[in-house]
Amino acid sequence: MRYAAPTTIDEARDLLAADGDAVVFAGATDVVPQVRAGRPEPSMVIDLKKIDRLMSVSLDGDTWQVGAAAPSSALTANAAFAADFPGLTEAAGLIGSDQIQNRSSLGGNLCNASPAADSVPALVVNDAVAVIAGADGERRVPVADVVTGPGQTSLAHDEIVVCFELARPAAGTSDAYLRLIPRTEMDIAVVGAGVRLTLDGDGTVSAASVALGAVAPTVVRVPAAEAALVGSSLDDDALAAAAAAASDACNPIDDKRGTINYRRQVAGVLTRRAAGIAADRIRTRNGQNGAS
Amino acid sequence: MSTTEAPPSTGTNGNGTSGYRWVGTRPVRHDGLDKVAGKARYAADLNLPGMLYGHILRSPHPHARIVSIDTSAAEAMPGVKAVVTGADFPEAPPKGATRNLMCTVIARDKVLYSGHAVAAVAASTRREAKAAAEAIEVTYELLPHVLNISDAMADDAPVLHDKLFTRGVEPRPTEPSNIAARTVYERGDVEQGFAEADIVIEREFSTQAVHQGYIEPHACVVDCDQEGKAVIWASSQGHFKVRSATAEVLGWDTSRIKVIPAEIGGGFGGKTTIYIEPVAALLSTKAGRPVKIVMSREDVFRATGPAPGAIIKMKVGARNDGTITTAKAWLAYENGAFQGMAAMLGCMCVVSAYTLDHLYVEGFDVVLNRPVNVAYRAPSAPAAAFAMDSVVDEIAERVGMDPLDLRIQNCPSQGDPTPYGPKWPMIGLRECLEAIRDSDHYQSELPEGQGRGVASGFWFNIGEASSATVNLNENGTATVITGSPDIGGSRASMALMAAEELGLDVHLIQPVVGDTEVVGFTDVTEGSRATFATGMAVVEACRDLKEQLRKRAAKTWDCDMEEVEWVDGSAVHGPGEQEPLTLAAITGNAKRTGGPLGATASLNARGAGPAFSVQVADVSVDQETGRVTVERYTTAQDAGTAIHPSYVEGQMQGGVVQGIGWALNEEYIYSDDGNLENPGFLDYRIPVASDLPMIETCIVEVPNPSHPYGVRGVGEVGIVPPLPVMANAIADATGVRISDLPLSPPRVLAALTAADS
Repeated sequence: MRYAAPTTIDEARDLLAADGDAVVFAGATDVVPQVRAGRPEPSMVIDLKKIDRLMSVSLDGDTWQVGAAAPSSALTANAAFAADFPGLTEAAGLIGSDQIQNRSSLGGNLCNASPAADSVPALVVNDAVAVIAGADGERRVPVADVVTGPGQTSLAHDEIVVCFELARPAAGTSDAYLRLIPRTEMDIAVVGAGVRLTLDGDGTVSAASVALGAVAPTVVRVPAAEAALVGSSLDDDALAAAAAAASDACNPIDDKRGTINYRRQVAGVLTRRAAGIAADRIRTRNGQNGAS
Repeated sequence: MSTTEAPPSTGTNGNGTSGYRWVGTRPVRHDGLDKVAGKARYAADLNLPGMLYGHILRSPHPHARIVSIDTSAAEAMPGVKAVVTGADFPEAPPKGATRNLMCTVIARDKVLYSGHAVAAVAASTRREAKAAAEAIEVTYELLPHVLNISDAMADDAPVLHDKLFTRGVEPRPTEPSNIAARTVYERGDVEQGFAEADIVIEREFSTQAVHQGYIEPHACVVDCDQEGKAVIWASSQGHFKVRSATAEVLGWDTSRIKVIPAEIGGGFGGKTTIYIEPVAALLSTKAGRPVKIVMSREDVFRATGPAPGAIIKMKVGARNDGTITTAKAWLAYENGAFQGMAAMLGCMCVVSAYTLDHLYVEGFDVVLNRPVNVAYRAPSAPAAAFAMDSVVDEIAERVGMDPLDLRIQNCPSQGDPTPYGPKWPMIGLRECLEAIRDSDHYQSELPEGQGRGVASGFWFNIGEASSATVNLNENGTATVITGSPDIGGSRASMALMAAEELGLDVHLIQPVVGDTEVVGFTDVTEGSRATFATGMAVVEACRDLKEQLRKRAAKTWDCDMEEVEWVDGSAVHGPGEQEPLTLAAITGNAKRTGGPLGATASLNARGAGPAFSVQVADVSVDQETGRVTVERYTTAQDAGTAIHPSYVEGQMQGGVVQGIGWALNEEYIYSDDGNLENPGFLDYRIPVASDLPMIETCIVEVPNPSHPYGVRGVGEVGIVPPLPVMANAIADATGVRISDLPLSPPRVLAALTAADS
């Protein structure tokens, strides 16, 4: 197994294109354990962490550009980013341990294509767009369309996710992500739920996004839950309807981490709770703005 | 918390209030700096010139006949220096403990669990060894398998061993079965007891197999020379056991083997046996080079150490005044692929924290297609306590008594009969119950929405054989060499006891674990015995040395030895005509008074003091997800005397943490085809630090009269109460009593949902 550390996207793409068994990594927190667990060794591992654009996190006008290989700890330490996307930042901060978060990345978490990836529901509810470099230049794809199944993506072999574009949230908007794990850390989501809400001046929900992780082969967007929330004031009935819709949207499996019934039940619970947290964040921010 | 009721009150409680100068103090452990600095040498750290790497091929099937093994392709692969299979080992006897050990190390005619060792390769690199092992062609004839107790005990179950006939059944069975043994303890007349009881509660419980979860995988380096001698560097809880067991498997004389103990990265009972040393020895013999074998984490989970799962049916009778009179218990324990004595131990422990007029306890040891059981902290006792203390909690609820008061009312004390026969010696169960009852935790108001649970636990502790050599150096320092691998701070305890005896600053004493050729025979560090039994040997050697020191002083002073006393590390002349001689003064002059000073003691330690622990926890339960959070936890345990209170507390806390893991999330998950689905720490969930509050400790000291400092073992009993403590606390928080472990979020939520509807 060879190791390469290109410093430009073109160089990385050329290495990838020339070797059908090569893989890229943006942290290697999945690739290395997978090989250790018996997955065939790739002929070459291509380290993307030496490419500046993949490592940078910056605000360009009203759009955040998050490098696909930037470590989770770069997001959790970025107060401005965390203020715009507290839920996504929390999701990035839940991956592995503190040490892992110095390596793990949003690009790696997405392209590993685990149904349980923590950051993906949070990216999806924030309408994140993946910028993908390929033979014909760059294309932009909604994050929800990148993963096609467990371990499967829509990327061609020689394509690389460069960064994510995230529009700064509109006024009265915030997000939240919750996951259920039996422990408190060092674990994989049994269920994950991301919610983004926009509240208008009188507290009515004017927009809602709901996405679930670990309850289906790919992240599940839940339009019925969103519809139940929009137009409501997040009263108990609306939250219960959203929870029920989330439970219904699940297509989980029974496995060593949880049962079908358990995942369905908890998906509803976490959706309701995440909606509550997102709304509290908006109200708190509005309160602070009002006071200042 | 020291007790004033038990004579002689030599308790220390770690607050410096004892009459001791060193015992009961808290010096930093002698091996501590190396460990935090990453310098401690574990077996996997050793590399020798020319060393090869061994890799063991393991069965992918839970039960199969080995039809043939073709190693020719593997032998031709690059870097390969030796290949061995079961055929290279001595033939195993048809049945018995030796066969079980030999067949655990490497399968013969049959594989009995997924992960069973089948063949091994030694090659120049790890990668070459692994590739070659995978090139070995094994032809299996698959056999039906059994993975749980009920299936294994069924009349039509596939039978693992055709020469296994149930022991303890009359007449002796003529057909083999998976029930290895039946054990019965009885007293009084249980039917009469139930007829006279005001309350009878009958429940069935199940617990899952768990792993000891030591962080360091098994590792060894073995170097065999051309004369047939072997040096083994290994991580174990007992290097003399590594020597004898390796010799047994290989059919060698023990004198051919020297075992050098490495630092051990956790054992908890799981390193009281061997798996890889004979394989490495045979590979080394064949290759003429040293061979290292290090298990992967997956190997550790698939092929070592489960503590058994169990099914226990409890029926307990009590009077309305809270007196428990009668218990009937049916216990079945997994043994793994080969016979053990898990159920027998469970039978002995199940009602030991209670006095009963009538009892009938029946246990079954059951073999099935899982790796063979190994000890894990107070083996078998946690599942037994889970059953009994869950039922006792229900009785307290029914009669409207405080659960601790009820336990105090029913607890045995010295002279009462144990359930298994002999009378209790001096024990501290009552003191532990009272310590928890009076604790700040139990006296505090339970926060809104939480539940509180208590339980008690018992473990025997053992003595066994130990040796120690204490050498005084010319500069007045001492070296204490013992044969007990230090798995929980025992070196510090040995140094403290030597310091107390000799009157020497503990920092001037170097405690060492000696190899099999430098110290006398010593049994495995198990049964909470090291500080108790090996400590006795250290004390005996030090007392011998004190005699020698007095003799040297008498010689120096040209007086009668009876005129010399040993006081605070110095020889003192009774009549007062001489200036005292310090230990350093005597050792510095030793050449002129008779030569170097050293003493050795070897003994069979008698009178191990039974251990009890009582614990309380507050938990909150997320009613919508079933997640349990431990909010507060306090453990009281009778240490006899705490030689090093910090490491006693560490043992108490460690046991509790492992017990909480067992209660809440740990379990082996097998697929239908008999393969372990969670052979790693991601999905085998031991608790992480952030899962737990600080475990509050309360050392109780009811001295063991059989030990010079009153020591009881402290290593094990702490793991016994957490299973029922968690179940009882969850029941208190939710009103729902769950009798199947683990109390994981899906199970708790399912139980809450079922109770709702």
